[in-house]
Amino acid sequence: MIAEILAGRTEVFHDLIRPYERSVYMMVLSMLRNEAEAEDVAQETFIKAYRNLGRFRSESRFSTWLIAIALNEARARLRRKQPALTDSIDDMEGSVVPAQLTDWREIPSETLERQEVRSLIRRALDALPLPYREVFVLRELEERNVQETAETLGITIASVKMRLHRARMMLQKQLAPQLISSAPKRRRRFPWF
Amino acid sequence: MVLNCRHVWEYISGYLDNTLDEQTRADVERHLEHCEICSAVLDSTRNILILTADDRIFELPLGYSERLHARLRKAISEAPPPSEESS
Repeated sequence: MIAEILAGRTEVFHDLIRPYERSVYMMVLSMLRNEAEAEDVAQETFIKAYRNLGRFRSESRFSTWLIAIALNEARARLRRKQPALTDSIDDMEGSVVPAQLTDWREIPSETLERQEVRSLIRRALDALPLPYREVFVLRELEERNVQETAETLGITIASVKMRLHRARMMLQKQLAPQLISSAPKRRRRFPWF
Repeated sequence: MVLNCRHVWEYISGYLDNTLDEQTRADVERHLEHCEICSAVLDSTRNILILTADDRIFELPLGYSERLHARLRKAISEAPPPSEESS
């Protein structure tokens, strides 16, 4: 497809990017936390990809290349809004203590039908510090492997693993108590009956 | 090696990703057999990862795809076609 576009069949670009519309939007939305801005940056990502298609090298996956453009566009937008923004983080800082519950029970996926549960999860993701959020989204939502995530973000594999672990523990700490209290209560049993 | 709860929490991600060495995995499992709190930390983390990865968390705005392709059509018509560049 890419060869066709470079040969002048530019309309093929629409078909080329269709499978990635969602993942690019998800990546930039998770970073910008604003739907209108995310849509604008997603559009700019695809336009930039079109203009730079000649630079794409087939050794890397097209989706990885596209996500790297999306990440840079979203970071540039964030810097314009918050010039003091820094994405540095101390990977050696202390560990995250998870929520310690003894009454955990599985929260089924059907619970996501409820808007308030989806909002809880979105808020918890939005609350992750940006460097953790980037790693979490690439690994868990975009399903990139550790190597690809490290290359996309320009960090070491050890940092990817550490940030992912902390992001997961932060989400557990934040969400586990909220989800358990929003889940339907189990029928109380009275053993003396 | 006998692990305490704090050790186990540090291994939760490695355990879920199946990247722990055999001995550490066995030590974690031995701890989980008798520790209700760490079992709940593991189960809740696994459960939360499934929920956060669900497509319903990040839904595309209505008309997103149409607006995207309309803007692309305009950009493509205004720009010269991309050409292969030598590295």
